[in-house]
Amino acid sequence: MEDLSFRHHVRAPAGGARKSAIVGVVASGNLEVLVERVLPDAECALEIKTAAVGFGDVWRAVIGDFVERYSPGGLRFSINDGGARPDTVSLRLAQAVRLIAEHGQ
Amino acid sequence: MTAPLRDMTPAERARSTSFYEASARTRLELLLDAGSLIEFIGPEQREVSPHLRIFDLPEQFDDGIIVGHGRLDGSPAFVAAQEGRFMGGAFGEVHGAKLTGLLRAAREIGTIPVLILFDTGGVRLQEANAGELAIAEIMRAVMEARAAGVKVIGLVGGRSGCYGGGGLIAGCCSALAVSEFGRIAVSGPEVIETNRGVEEFDSRDRALVWRTMGGKHRRLLGAADLFADDSVQDFREAALELIGLVGPFGLDGLKAEQERLADRLRRFGACLDAVEIWTISGIAHAETIPELPTDQFIALADRIGRTSRDAR
Repeated sequence: MEDLSFRHHVRAPAGGARKSAIVGVVASGNLEVLVERVLPDAECALEIKTAAVGFGDVWRAVIGDFVERYSPGGLRFSINDGGARPDTVSLRLAQAVRLIAEHGQ
Repeated sequence: MTAPLRDMTPAERARSTSFYEASARTRLELLLDAGSLIEFIGPEQREVSPHLRIFDLPEQFDDGIIVGHGRLDGSPAFVAAQEGRFMGGAFGEVHGAKLTGLLRAAREIGTIPVLILFDTGGVRLQEANAGELAIAEIMRAVMEARAAGVKVIGLVGGRSGCYGGGGLIAGCCSALAVSEFGRIAVSGPEVIETNRGVEEFDSRDRALVWRTMGGKHRRLLGAADLFADDSVQDFREAALELIGLVGPFGLDGLKAEQERLADRLRRFGACLDAVEIWTISGIAHAETIPELPTDQFIALADRIGRTSRDAR
């Protein structure tokens, strides 16, 4: 297992008012993303625990692209990864931002 | 073209969603009345397994089971749903404790039914002792809840089936609904083959696996009370029907269950294949059962009429 941590300054807060949301499942080639609205509007953070060791640079690139595209201000993402490919990671992150922007608690 | 998701009613979504394919969260969201699920010890509390880290394995924030309460057709219900894709839905220490706690809460209240959406290969090998203990605790908690008047309904239709200790717990429930994909057994196909040899059970013979452990056989044997088509809406309707059907639990019921099982063993104990059992049961062209469409199969199963409704 490898733990990775990223913190970004972002230009705008994420949409919606929900406090938290979760998407995905921890399985081979899949991951879960727990997203919580707990940070200041101009920040976002991602904590990753991954079964695939040695892919820090790929994570950095995927997350940099995600933050640039979605500007998820105020959100903390906690990720348990079962060795998902970068496209699956991007998809789950996008789903998490979408879900926390929906109505609900 | 399917309609965009946001234009569909919850019932339409539940009707068009495969129970087998759906995640545990989606199953619960669509099984219960819309928006009624309140989760206990949700993922944000991060009550993860204390064992997996030692084995360098990834954790899941809910440890593979969602427990909570919600409403089913307006009435309160406790629910538990296993996620079959996380470690095969297997029971670990935290996973098991969440279900035990839910059943004990139901026992204290006494009137609210419990729905267990099984999807499990059994005990998680990495935390075997804790998992085995959890199975024992859950079986006790099921029986105590039933003795206190609680209806405990099992729904089986997930990709991991309902194996190992999950099969034992299912056997303790007040009633079960199963889909064609909902295999119920204790030892799985590979376990039997490993222990008893390929001549005893060929785990690669998928047709053999399905007709021995699959939902249709379990329904015809009376182990499952209802056969459901593979949509979340079908399981919702099955759960409602079973809550209405389950009678009181007591010594008479246990004696009747003992008698039912003894009779089953007497009649079918020497059979070598499920098709023999179906034939002895009076089903013409029993070998066609696996191919029967759901509506025809349900009509047949209801005609055979074997259920455990008076027993259990």
